Amino acid sequence: MSASKTMKKIGSLLCAGLVMLLPATVFADYKLNMTPSVTAVGQDIYNLHMIILWIVTIVGILVFGVIIYSLINHRKSKGVTPATFHESATVEFVWTVIPFIILVIIAVPATKTLLAIEDTSKSDITIKATGWQWKWEYEYLDSGVRFFSNLDKASNEARQVKSGKDPRKVENYLLDVDNPIVVPVNKKVRILTTSNDVIHAWWVPELAVKRDAIPGFINESWFKAEKTGTYRGQCAELCGKDHGFMPIVVNVVSDSEYSDWLAKQKKAAADADAGAGKTWSKADLMARGKEVYEKNCQACHMANGEGGGPFPALKGSKVATTGPVAAHIDLVLKGKGMMPPFGTQLNAVDTAAVVTFERNAFGNNTGDVVQPSQVSK
Amino acid sequence: MSDHKPTGIKRWLFTTNHKDIGTLYLWFAFTMFLVGGAMAMIIRAELMQPGMQVVDPLFFNSMTTMHGLIMVFGAVMPAMVGFANWMVPMMIGAPDMALPRMNNWSFWILPFAGTMLVSTLFMEGGGPAFGWTFYAPLSTTFAPKSTDFFIFAVHMLGFSSIMGAINIIATILNMRAPGMTLMKMPLFVWTWLITAFLLIAVMPVLAGAVTMMLTDRNFGTSFFSAAGGGDPVLFQHVFWFFGHPEVYIMILPAFGIVSQIIPTFARKQLFGYASMVYATAAIAFLSFIVWAHHMFTVGMPVAAELYFTYATVMIAVPTAVKVFNWTATMWKGAMTFETPMLWAVAFVFLFTIGGFTGLMLGVAPADFQYHDTYFVVAHFHYVLVTGAVFAIIAGVYYWLPKWTGNMYDEKLGKLHFWLSTISVNVLFFPQHFLGLAGMPRRIPDYAIQFAEFNFMSSLGGFAFGLSQLLFLFIVIKCIKGGEKATDKVWDNPEGLEWTVPSPAPYHTFETAPQIK
Amino acid sequence: MSTQAGGYYLPEPSKWPLIGSIGLFLTLFGFATALPGKSEGTVGNLYIMYAGLIVLAYMLFGWFGQVIGESESGKYNDQVDVSFRMGMLWFIFSEVMFFAAFFGALFYVRQLSVPWLSGEGNNGMTNELLWKGYENVWPTNGPGAVGGKYESMPAAGIPLYNTIILLTSGVTVTLAHWALKKENRSQLILWLFATVALGGLFVALQAYEYSHAYSAMNLKLSTGIYGSTFYMLTGFHGLHVTIGAIMLTVMLLRSIKGHFTPKHHFAFEAAAWYWHFVDVVWLGLFIFVYWL
Ligand code: HEA
Ligand code: HEA
Ligand code: HEC
Ligand code: CUA
Ligand SMILES: [Cu+2]
Repeated sequence: MSASKTMKKIGSLLCAGLVMLLPATVFADYKLNMTPSVTAVGQDIYNLHMIILWIVTIVGILVFGVIIYSLINHRKSKGVTPATFHESATVEFVWTVIPFIILVIIAVPATKTLLAIEDTSKSDITIKATGWQWKWEYEYLDSGVRFFSNLDKASNEARQVKSGKDPRKVENYLLDVDNPIVVPVNKKVRILTTSNDVIHAWWVPELAVKRDAIPGFINESWFKAEKTGTYRGQCAELCGKDHGFMPIVVNVVSDSEYSDWLAKQKKAAADADAGAGKTWSKADLMARGKEVYEKNCQACHMANGEGGGPFPALKGSKVATTGPVAAHIDLVLKGKGMMPPFGTQLNAVDTAAVVTFERNAFGNNTGDVVQPSQVSK
Repeated sequence: MSDHKPTGIKRWLFTTNHKDIGTLYLWFAFTMFLVGGAMAMIIRAELMQPGMQVVDPLFFNSMTTMHGLIMVFGAVMPAMVGFANWMVPMMIGAPDMALPRMNNWSFWILPFAGTMLVSTLFMEGGGPAFGWTFYAPLSTTFAPKSTDFFIFAVHMLGFSSIMGAINIIATILNMRAPGMTLMKMPLFVWTWLITAFLLIAVMPVLAGAVTMMLTDRNFGTSFFSAAGGGDPVLFQHVFWFFGHPEVYIMILPAFGIVSQIIPTFARKQLFGYASMVYATAAIAFLSFIVWAHHMFTVGMPVAAELYFTYATVMIAVPTAVKVFNWTATMWKGAMTFETPMLWAVAFVFLFTIGGFTGLMLGVAPADFQYHDTYFVVAHFHYVLVTGAVFAIIAGVYYWLPKWTGNMYDEKLGKLHFWLSTISVNVLFFPQHFLGLAGMPRRIPDYAIQFAEFNFMSSLGGFAFGLSQLLFLFIVIKCIKGGEKATDKVWDNPEGLEWTVPSPAPYHTFETAPQIK
Repeated sequence: MSTQAGGYYLPEPSKWPLIGSIGLFLTLFGFATALPGKSEGTVGNLYIMYAGLIVLAYMLFGWFGQVIGESESGKYNDQVDVSFRMGMLWFIFSEVMFFAAFFGALFYVRQLSVPWLSGEGNNGMTNELLWKGYENVWPTNGPGAVGGKYESMPAAGIPLYNTIILLTSGVTVTLAHWALKKENRSQLILWLFATVALGGLFVALQAYEYSHAYSAMNLKLSTGIYGSTFYMLTGFHGLHVTIGAIMLTVMLLRSIKGHFTPKHHFAFEAAAWYWHFVDVVWLGLFIFVYWL
């Protein structure tokens, strides 16, 4: 067993031991301790965590031990007479200095690790991660690949209020996305976080990166994954209604898989606008529009188009029924107040489709058909 | 002077008597504790199982937000002020608070502020759903109309706290009986003196923060918007400059209460009185210079991150002094374990556990992994629930006989203690594991691997909540009657409050006592 | 039943605090109701707020009237006086902290966020990807040029005159205090009047400055962070000058009525302290908002 594995075992046992209420075996399958990392810095963090955990555990055992001894032996029912001492400069000095020394001991590895975390220089690839309510947009700055990453469909269906679907049957419930980001193994990946609306935070425990995405500012952080695999995380800053539903998935792959993936992404982007020139049938638009709606709009305007809270209903809404089509398109592209702009996320086809859908769904039977050609950006 | 007291509803509405006002504060706090606790029950009910069963996500967020706000501003702070009102004049031999009419105003603002706060839940667009820390721009550009009402509720709460704190300082500095020098004051009085100073220093800063929010929302200012040259993170700095001292505002009086109780039941003088005073002052001082440990992940310059780490962990030193002094007070005492002592001892254990996790959070690199997870939630409930709230409950049992003239039911008190202490650990201990395993806070639904511990935590939560109804019953029963309490109530406790009859007469120390 | 306990006056039950709470509630609730709730928009009707303000005014007249009555009838001994003094001093300290929040915001944007937006520190990418071309200058309305082209407010001119006016008023209020201690009532009234007049002049000049800034300089509350900090700091200060001037006016009226004695004039001193506090804040404003 490797040293870190031993540490891990002991750590888990330590935590388990603290739960005095249930036999430790019950916890055999559950994670009790911090998620170990697949990066060197992450491992440093893990070790730092273990050091402090051990220190406080030992201090705790000592202090609690003394108190418990006292509770047992120094009671009136044992017939003791209380002592009268009530101060001692020496003792008080000593127990002021000892914690101080312990803290200095903690500060040394803490400083080292922190300096390593904040050193974002000499990275191999740079990915800009922009938080949106409630999805992530990724842009590979070196290769121009850009896409959005939403909660995957199965989770999204199961997580609706009283959906009737059992989340336990959904694989990676709430931790899966439609488009994961892909990075090569053993490369220093620099993540630039920012936001389009409110503050989010980009967090993947196993990569030991958690950094806030702040509108108007860019924060830098980095990781270098040493093992291929799929690593999952979540938005870690309250960002409104669906804060709990904007996961992050990172696929760490070999170099060659990475370049294949990049090539595929570029080709897909080129194909995407191909449909913009042709005329679409209403049925096709409705079908596509429904998909776009579920992915992008449903979070706020709800599946039945009735909205809720600060989010207005589209069912019977003036904008989506009697109002001019152009204004409807404009609002979707540019947003308004809390309604995010979709101009950079939806291409002409998607926009036309979702507008068509909204004007005909939820009983808004306007009969309007909006073609991609009507969507000018 | 006769023990004449006004009667009827006017007694409570117009009172200038510190005991009446203390009682009002305590009942208000308890009511808010039930309201905030009921919201916590909704949170725990939703989190009991994966999937969304009970509420929708937006409402869940407003429950989290309101729960935090109500517990902090409605329950714990007013309860502590209630103790100050009841006990400080009696402990220093004063006839009343220094400014009795203003004292009444400090209280009566609270129910109005509370009404304004709770009313937001019924407004169009829903109540505040941006967390009790209301970070911009979620609380400015992206928040519903009700936020403006929330802002003014905070203004009112702050105004009330400032006036209350001024009163307490003036009382302690100006109203002490002859011979009651500063270093003879009971420790509870000392902790409140320092707490009051913290309040006056930071509540106006909170008022400033919400005022900037108000103008950003309504009048086009750009404090928290980068496009105009401001910064959303500026909000966090201003908020936490208030927010961190705020958590010590909630715990210092708790330290004071525990420091009164332990010596009584150990039958031994408090160990290291002077160092307790200095430690309290040191904690208060440090609390002003560590605020950004709540913001390690916002992308501060690395030098700032290092500084805030060092300053934060330093707080462990004076707090250590406190814990060790309590231990040394118990050491070689002759202890008995009446209900107040049980709560106080549990406080020492469980608060220390919360302090330990606080120390872990203070180390920036590790906090990158802990931040905004249930590990933080576990930390602050250990210091707040098993810290501040346990101390409040301990204090209520300790002084209830003095307040009512009757002994509470010792059997039921012990039952309340054991039920609470066991269930509260079932409630909050597993949250450490959840946080370490990666469960973010403020989410209404979670991945399957978190299901078991959440289930356990919810069960603990319901049990803890129900146990508090027992507390309500015990208090009412004690007010209604019971074994008559003696003047001293306990076995030779120290302090002027034990020299007056039980129940304490409406006016005490109209002629000042002499302290040797 | 007025409780005269060991000489320390303990007031009887009072209705004023409750009335004050109701007034405060109505004022703020009414104001919130009228607010647009989004960054642009107009303020709606303010009737509830006015009702609240009337209740508050009623409370202030009643409460202070009662306090003045009690004071004049000699109910307050020296210990009560000390309580009042502590109350006022700590209240002023809380006001200092309120201004500290806004000064803190000013320093933060000038020293940190504006430089960061222009790429300093570890924020190179912020400037390069989000706000390319934005440079660190002060005053600024931000990289988004929020509020459009504007002129900044120079320190010379009205701000300088106002500095002189306020400093002078600090002197006159002290002269009034000396006169009070010497029991020279006509001098007291004269100097107090001068102080109030200077305060009024200050507010008038500032109002003129604001209207000029709005109409001729396009400098508004919504002019990015410069407009925000400028108006919030000077505006709250102006509000405090107004409150201070009202307090001094009350003192003037009471002096005319012959209320104060050389030994017993806490209310006057409280107003004077407040006035000095307002003065000091202005100096900070003049240096950091107008000058540097
Ligand atoms: C009563 C309230 C209270 C108290 C007393 C404390 C006490 C402490 N807190 Fe806590 N804290 C909160 C309430 C409180 N906290 C709240 C409400 C939040 C969350 C806010 C939010 O985001 O919503 C929070 C969050 C919080 C964070 C931010 C976490 C995050 O969001 O990422 C941090 C980080 O540094 C922190 C640190 C500390 C420290 C170092 C102490 C120290 O004071 C603890 C000192 C005590 C001890 C250390 C134990 C006793 C000592 C010994 C027995 C001696 C020997 C010890 C050693 C030397 C090892 N707290
Ligand atoms: C002093 C402050 C205080 C107190 C006492 C409590 C008490 C409790 N808290 Fe809270 N809590 C906070 C301060 C406090 N909390 C803060 C500041 C936050 C952060 C908010 C934020 O993120 O913005 C928070 C957040 C918070 C969360 C995280 C929510 C999230 O991130 O989404 C949870 C989840 O379990 C929780 C649970 C509880 C529980 C179960 C109690 C229990 O101890 C409550 C027990 C009391 C009762 C239950 C009342 C009495 C009983 C009844 C009224 C009868 C009904 C009973 C039943 C139906 C069983 N709290
Ligand atoms: C983050 C939440 C959110 C998402 C996601 C969202 N909207 Fe909206 N939407 C809003 C809000 C808030 C408004 C109200 C804006 C206002 O009037 O200030 C709105 C308004 C609208 C309106 C006008 C309704 C009316 O009657 O005023 C339409 C049409 C609309 N959205 C369409 C869409 C479409 C199409 C999508 C997806 C491509 C979408 N929305 C996604 C929040 C959202
Ligand atoms: Cu995005 Cu939370
Ligand atoms: Cu803190």
